[in-house]
Amino acid sequence: MSGFFNPTIAWITMRSTLGRKRAFLFAIPALILILFTVALKVSRPPSRPWPSHVLGTFGFSVLLPLTALIIGTSVLGAEIDDGSIIHLLATPVRRSSIVMTKFVVATALTMIFAAIPELVAALIAGGGSSPPAVTSVGPGGFVAVSGSKLALGLFVGALACSVIYNAVFVMVSVATTRAIAVGLLYVLIWEALLSNFVSGARLLSVSHYGLGIANGFAHDPSLAAGLTVLTSVIMGALVTVAALALAVNLLSSFTLKGEPA
Amino acid sequence: MTIELRNVSRWYGNVVAVNDVTMSIGPGVTGLLGPNGAGKSTIMHMIAGFLPPSRGDLTIGSGPASSGPASSRPASSRPASGGPASSSSTWRNPALYRQIGLVPERDSVYAFLTGDQFVTSTAKLHKLPDPGAAAARAIAMLDMADAAGRKIATYSKGMRQRIKVAAALVHDPEILLLDEPFNGMDPRQRLHMMDLLDKLGSEGRTILFSSHILEEVERLSGTIQVVVAGRLAASGDFRAIRRLMTSRPHVFTVRSSDDRLLGSTLIGRPAVTAVELTGTGLQVRTSDYGAFCRDIAVLARDQGVRLREVLPTDESLESVFAYLVAN
Repeated sequence: MSGFFNPTIAWITMRSTLGRKRAFLFAIPALILILFTVALKVSRPPSRPWPSHVLGTFGFSVLLPLTALIIGTSVLGAEIDDGSIIHLLATPVRRSSIVMTKFVVATALTMIFAAIPELVAALIAGGGSSPPAVTSVGPGGFVAVSGSKLALGLFVGALACSVIYNAVFVMVSVATTRAIAVGLLYVLIWEALLSNFVSGARLLSVSHYGLGIANGFAHDPSLAAGLTVLTSVIMGALVTVAALALAVNLLSSFTLKGEPA
Repeated sequence: MTIELRNVSRWYGNVVAVNDVTMSIGPGVTGLLGPNGAGKSTIMHMIAGFLPPSRGDLTIGSGPASSGPASSRPASSRPASGGPASSSSTWRNPALYRQIGLVPERDSVYAFLTGDQFVTSTAKLHKLPDPGAAAARAIAMLDMADAAGRKIATYSKGMRQRIKVAAALVHDPEILLLDEPFNGMDPRQRLHMMDLLDKLGSEGRTILFSSHILEEVERLSGTIQVVVAGRLAASGDFRAIRRLMTSRPHVFTVRSSDDRLLGSTLIGRPAVTAVELTGTGLQVRTSDYGAFCRDIAVLARDQGVRLREVLPTDESLESVFAYLVAN
């Protein structure tokens, strides 16, 4: 593992990512999620299983990927955009080491700025306690589960999403200079729209991998997990490995364009 | 170490950036000279491993390494440590950067780091045994010790250029590639950099720098490679090429109080090869720039003609290079 993680690159990446102006954007989706959760908690909606929808579907398919998009495209894409990556690439460090280190830093930051707020919001929604699990069918036709169990499930799902989303966005940032635009289209059209309405699209949806994993812990039907936990884990691992392998290959072929005569 | 390019071409779609270039660059300082857009940066990028040739062989060491077409070329199998193999390519071969230092033209560095942090982190990436000492040595070599504790964001362009060179030299490379290294430097910094490159070259390192400014190359380099419109226009000793450049015909536009009289007088001078009467004055061709400049003033005075304008029309570097290509 030490060959895949370079502390010097991690240090430069942390300084670079947190030092840029867009760093304050990292906290905005998390802030929105927590404020939204508090507002719903205070307004006490009568019988809808809102924590699963807000924190699961909305959190995993919109807020978490937006945070991962901002961070995942910053760690490598920003250096490619401004050309400073050349100082890293003109050293004997293996390209796999560069990609993996950037990916680890982006994933850790996403966990801090998205997965932990997801846990906090889930605990707020569930009261932060372990009330007696009401497992009977409620008025809305749902099965209520313990607040802390749901919180744990959402947290684990968010951790998994942080890993997979960042692998995808780090790869996109190496593949194109319009990583933010491509990532936004992917999040808003594929994750937020198609994967929630077209059942076949769920097999290639990171948010549904997260929901599937979350449901493996919470066993909450209102999470609307379209995939089993096993399918989610296998597909998530495949997407992560494929995205990172592609990113390494693309970075190994990184070119500087000269001026045509 | 030697850099060899054999019949190297590089194109982008239908646009040819470098066309069938063959050159050999050995130890010492070599200038890659050419006007903007000539293909210098493309050549530098190919040598530095950031662009595969579309066709041809590119060698670092002593054998063929990088050959086109790029899409069909396998990744290099050079070992990850030790000296370069007999035929090594920098394309998809990061291990070769142990032997190469690169100073890119683009003015983009980690501005949030101090100069010392930047050079030290580069030393760590090279896995040098004592990164701090190596960084201190390189920073001192570039005369940047006083500013090393400041963030690079506060540096002038010339200082940023020098800290980039310090980072490129921190691992004591055998080959140093510098793309337009004097951009943004003041005259004192230029002289210091020229002395440094001269010293590194005399120590047996292979130093290749690109420039579009003739005087920079003249001051620094005994050997030059002149690139024009993607082709190698001239190669070899600078003084010989310079003589070729200065003996070319020069064209002047002249306006005076009596163009016809002045023209008939000028055509009798040996340095003048042609005179044309245009609608706005005279266009004069001469083979001796200096002699013509001296003669025209004397002739005009003797003939009682008032000179209103004497303007060399082809003094751009591009025209010099174009002449080299034509010859």
